[in-house]
Amino acid sequence: MRLLLTIAVTGLLLAVGLAVSRLSATEIPQAERRSGYTFMSPDTKAIQDDDTANPGMLWVLDGETLWKRKTGTADKACADCHDDISASMKGVAARYPAFDRALGRPVNLEQRINLCRTQHQQATPLPYESRDLLALTAFVAQQSRGVPITAAADPQLEPFVAKGRDIFMRRQGQLNLGCTNCHNDNWDKHLAGSAVTQALPTGYPLYRLEWQSLGSLQRRLRNCMTGMRTQLYDYGAPEMVELELYLMSRAHDLPIETPAVRP
Amino acid sequence: MAAALINVPKKAKRGEIIEIKTLMSHIMETGYRRTATGELVPRDIITSFTCRYNGVEVFRADLFPAIAANPFITFFTVATESGKFDFEWIGDRGFTETASAAISVE
Repeated sequence: MRLLLTIAVTGLLLAVGLAVSRLSATEIPQAERRSGYTFMSPDTKAIQDDDTANPGMLWVLDGETLWKRKTGTADKACADCHDDISASMKGVAARYPAFDRALGRPVNLEQRINLCRTQHQQATPLPYESRDLLALTAFVAQQSRGVPITAAADPQLEPFVAKGRDIFMRRQGQLNLGCTNCHNDNWDKHLAGSAVTQALPTGYPLYRLEWQSLGSLQRRLRNCMTGMRTQLYDYGAPEMVELELYLMSRAHDLPIETPAVRP
Repeated sequence: MAAALINVPKKAKRGEIIEIKTLMSHIMETGYRRTATGELVPRDIITSFTCRYNGVEVFRADLFPAIAANPFITFFTVATESGKFDFEWIGDRGFTETASAAISVE
């Protein structure tokens, strides 16, 4: 009897141990998560910290102009429906991508802005990575600065988070790499001269010094996919949004930094 | 929709050395790049930046290719009297932008 009990207890302990180690081998523990900001040099941090030095603010200023400009056949501006942006858009970026009931799938902030344009302003959707779309997205997201990320809290999003996680974990491309091989397993190391980081999208759209421009999370993901020599998903592809959603769920509770600066 | 971000202290003591920071939105196309079909992308850069303090020029810079997009220029000057800083950027293709900022000196 005692022997049986010992075996049972040992078995249980082993199972618990395995479960814990499997978890830590794939995902970063909550307490160890760090924004990409913490990996940057003091000089680059200084650019992000000062709104008159942060080039991302140029897009935010443009976004403010666009927010107030009447457009489309409805001749309405964003401000006509949403009033004071600092109240109406505060915290919005922290919960996107969000579930859209009409489409039955998650949409990201850029897609939401374009849906608003087509449905309510009767205007043409703005192309991905166009200056206007980046500017509007940056202006909306900036209102959530400092707000903890809550994206993926909606239970309807669960299957989509899982799909995004699958893409993140799956080995792909000519180099046979998964996102996880760098961003979960080796985030504390360097790839060439650059910090690998934890793939926590806290500041998008952000100004990347390499781009000399503001860019979306999808642009960044496509950069990584090129590096992995894998087939790129199109801008706005469902897989892209699922990946965005999973990444935002990883960044749960970290504050929004938009417009962030990265090297 | 070119826009400038200017950082001038609102108040300063007479004789104090103050830092002025300016950021201008511009693509700064070098003129050395080619398109996929081999055509040269024409140069489009800011060529000159000036700052006047109550009409007196206190800082000037000539800009050339190989300066990053959205040039960020900072410099120091001595706060002598209350008044206005006027900034002017001039560039290729008839680009001109101006901005100004007020300061009160005690």
